[in-house]
Amino acid sequence: MQENRYELNKQLAQMLKGGVIMDVTTPEQAKIAERAGACAVMALERIPADIRAAGGVSRMSDPKMIKGIQQAVSIPVMAKCRIGHFAEAQILEAIEIDYIDESEVLSPADDVHHIDKTKFRVPFVCGAKDLGEAMRRIAEGASMIRTKGEPGTGDIVQAVRHMRKMNAEIARLTSMREEELYEAAKNLQVPYHLVQFVHQNGRLPVVNFAAGGVATPADAALMMQLGAEGVFVGSGIFKSGDPEKRAAAIVKAVTNYQNPAMLAALSEDLGEAMVGINEQEIEVFMAERGR
Amino acid sequence: MRIGVLAVQGAFVEHEAMFHQLGAEVFEIRQKRDLDRPFDGLVLPGGESTVMKKLLRELDLLEPLRRKIEDGMPVLATCAGLILLAEQLTDGEPPCFATLPVTVRRNAYGRQLGSFSQEADVQGIGSFPMVFIRAPYVETIQNGVEVLATVQEKIVAVCYQNQIGLAFHPELSGRPDLHRFFLKRVEQYQKQA
Repeated sequence: MQENRYELNKQLAQMLKGGVIMDVTTPEQAKIAERAGACAVMALERIPADIRAAGGVSRMSDPKMIKGIQQAVSIPVMAKCRIGHFAEAQILEAIEIDYIDESEVLSPADDVHHIDKTKFRVPFVCGAKDLGEAMRRIAEGASMIRTKGEPGTGDIVQAVRHMRKMNAEIARLTSMREEELYEAAKNLQVPYHLVQFVHQNGRLPVVNFAAGGVATPADAALMMQLGAEGVFVGSGIFKSGDPEKRAAAIVKAVTNYQNPAMLAALSEDLGEAMVGINEQEIEVFMAERGR
Repeated sequence: MRIGVLAVQGAFVEHEAMFHQLGAEVFEIRQKRDLDRPFDGLVLPGGESTVMKKLLRELDLLEPLRRKIEDGMPVLATCAGLILLAEQLTDGEPPCFATLPVTVRRNAYGRQLGSFSQEADVQGIGSFPMVFIRAPYVETIQNGVEVLATVQEKIVAVCYQNQIGLAFHPELSGRPDLHRFFLKRVEQYQKQA
């Protein structure tokens, strides 16, 4: 039964592929996102850019606010809990959230352990900046992975770095001789059976999205061409001048990421993009939270 | 035989893998010019129906594909695909292709915690492992619609002329039987043409 649940949870992530998951803070924003073509929404009280600006401790959102968003849209609703905060995760499961993001965007609740996600019936997505992290999260029960990127910055450089690193490590495992996989598992600090899967299949055993810093249709297309199976957009939409138009353009860019002529048309007249901060200017590196 | 798989969002790669396994030629439909070369069958995959509906309309794919379906091109529609074909939806959402005379209930089993898998009989195929992910079901059918399978007394598979609508995901089950069934339809359609 548990095994079957995990399969169903991985399969929901498969249905989200080729889509855009958007951060929203109110039912109205959720409706805008759905209208613009989001394949799911992430309900949270403050988007990463504001969390970054406000500082302090950021936690799971008010369940009432999440329920309001669940009622407003028909697409899947995700919500974030703090790294290691399994009680927050239990609460999100109790309100029948469709996916929990155990997220470095919030303040970590445990600086050693992540949540044992195999104890839950609802699915989890987790961030990773390399293959070892991705496989550790999968070993803990994550049924979907996303790059960490650097949330709330509008700077794509870290998401690119994480996706390239993961791809390079996957390619390396694929080209290894079988007897070398034991040592690889040791070095990556991950279970052998996951290393074996990647060696044989040349990909993670779960769906892998890009996240953290996507602000334009071109950013989304870049991540898709680098092998992302879909895109999370956080602050990039509702911190921009014309959220609905930008959101719709990013959705189409993810579908036709290999068509530069269409991308050119989509990139016109989107109004102001989020201002953004580059990685030299930021103080809190969310990507360093949780390993 | 050339099968077009709608690839604007969702689990289209899984369908393509099934057809590769059966030796059929497949291609992805992402934009209007993908329809320039002739093809013989259409697949509407699982994913989010709201997203696909919007993209079908905005990428100018809706009308050309509707015409092909109305002209009798065989269609295999799974989960979100079934919602796209349905003439009516219980929640009053406007339909998409509206070529399949049934009424469909979206998210009929609730949220992700309501997703399940179960083995059940499909007419003409026998016992088949069915995966339901935030799935719809068919609430009512009109004359001429054949019921291919029911689960927990709900209709989960129908056939109407050349349109096959499934509430579950045969592309995730590892069994190509329903894809083979669809290819047979495509073959018959080619012979008639």
